[in-house]
Amino acid sequence: MLKKRLIAVLILRDGAVVQSVRFKHTNSIHYDPVHAIECFNKWAVDEIVILNVSRQAASREGFAEVVKRISQKCFVPLAVGGWVTDAGYARGLLNAGADKLVVNTILADDPPLMETLARRFGRQCMVASIDVKRGEDGAPAVVVDRASRATGQDPAAWAKRAVGLGAGEIFFNSVDHDGARRGYDLGTLRAVCAAVDVPVIAFGGVFKWEHLVEGIRAGAEAVAAANIFHYTEHATMKAKRHLAEAGVPVRTEGQRA
Amino acid sequence: MKKARVAIIDYGMGNIWSVQNALVEVGARSEVIAEPSLLAGFDKIILPGVGAFADAMRLLREKGMDRALGEKAAAGVPILGVCLGMQLMCRSSTENGRHLGLGWIDAEVVALQPRPGIKIPHMGWNTVRFTRSSPLVEGIADGTDFYFVHGYHVVCADPADVLGSCEHGQDVAAVLEHGNLYAAQFHPEKSQRGGLQLLKNFVENIGC
Repeated sequence: MLKKRLIAVLILRDGAVVQSVRFKHTNSIHYDPVHAIECFNKWAVDEIVILNVSRQAASREGFAEVVKRISQKCFVPLAVGGWVTDAGYARGLLNAGADKLVVNTILADDPPLMETLARRFGRQCMVASIDVKRGEDGAPAVVVDRASRATGQDPAAWAKRAVGLGAGEIFFNSVDHDGARRGYDLGTLRAVCAAVDVPVIAFGGVFKWEHLVEGIRAGAEAVAAANIFHYTEHATMKAKRHLAEAGVPVRTEGQRA
Repeated sequence: MKKARVAIIDYGMGNIWSVQNALVEVGARSEVIAEPSLLAGFDKIILPGVGAFADAMRLLREKGMDRALGEKAAAGVPILGVCLGMQLMCRSSTENGRHLGLGWIDAEVVALQPRPGIKIPHMGWNTVRFTRSSPLVEGIADGTDFYFVHGYHVVCADPADVLGSCEHGQDVAAVLEHGNLYAAQFHPEKSQRGGLQLLKNFVENIGC
C-alpha cells in the first residue's frame, strides 16, 4: 500500500537555512544545509524540499551550487524551487541533482513556460507551489512572487488551473499560517485537495505532531514542515511515530532510531 | 577482488547523476557512458530513465545504443534497468501507441488502471514483497518500502521473472530477475537504505 509522505522543507536564503514566519526570514538556523540534509537522511525522512526565498535573482547560481552539494548526500526525492523562470535554469537544477521543480510565480506570469517544462521533463517533475493569504474579507486568495503580489484568485480554482498547465503535485502553503504555530490552513487545504486529483503536499504552520495528522485528514497525500524539524532531535522520527499511532500509513523506516 | 566497473547509460533521459551519486555512496566505480563504442571493458551496466517509452527507444536507436546493449545482454553482462530502464528491457509498450522495446524480457508494458482511491501515476513509497531470495535483494527485509514514480507497469509472461512486487490497486511488478538481467520499477537511488543496499548488491554480489 502507498504510504503518506513526511517531507522536510529547507528554506534557504543566500545559502543558509533560515526560519520563515509569515514569509519573513530573519533567523538563521544552520549555516550549512548539507548538515541538515545528513540529519534528515539519517532519520529516514521520505522526501526533501529546498526553497530559495532570496529576493535577489542573482541568488540563482549560488542556490544551484547548494542543490548540487545537497544532492550528493540526498537519497530520497529532492524537490527544489525559487527563481525557476526559464527552461535553461530548470534544466540546470535537474542536472544539479534535483528530481522535481517547485514553481510558483510562473503560474501567473508565464503559463506557457509551465507547459513547456511539464512537456520536457514530465508532469511528475512539476510541483505547483500555491501560497494563499486571507484578505480583509477573510477569504483566502492566491499570492505570488514570494507573497509580494495578490492575484485575487481562488486557491482551489488556481490549483485546478495549475494541474491543467502540467502540475503533477501541489505544494500548498499559507502566508497567515507560515511560522504561526497553529497548524495548516485546513479549510483552504481541504478545498484545494477536493479540487484536484494530483497529490497535495500540506505546508505552513506545523507546531505539534497532531497538526500533521490534521493535514492528512484534510486530504493531503504528504505533510511537510520546516522550522519544527530543526529544533528537535530525531524530530521527523517522532513525527512519523505520531502519524503511525494515529492510524496514518507511513513508512516503517524512520520511526525508530 | 577486482572492483567491478559499472557503466551508467546516458541517452538523454533521466536523472543519471542521482544514480551516480548513489553508486559513489556505496563505493562503486562507475562512469556515465553516452557512446556505444565506450561500453567495452565494463563489467556491469545500469540503464536508468525517466520519461516516455517511445522517446527513449528512439534515442537509444539513434546512437546504436540498443544494439550495443543487446550484445552485452546476450554476452551475459549483468544489466540493471531502473524505472523506465526496466520497461525498455521488455518486448513492447502501449504508452502512446504501440512501441517495440529492447525485447530482452518477455513482458508487456501497460497502463496502470485507476481504481477508487488509487491515484495514477503511482507516486510515493510502497511496500515491496519478495517472491524468493536473490543476491540482488540480500540483506533487504521483505516488506521494505521503496520510492516509485510511474504510470505504466510491466506484466511478465513468465511470473518466475518477478522477484518482488507491490500493490497499488493491482499487483505491480517491482523487481525483475531474468538470468543476467535485473530491473527495478522503483528508484533505488532515491529509496534510501533499501535502495542503496540493492545497488550495492548489484555491484558486489552479482556475477563476480
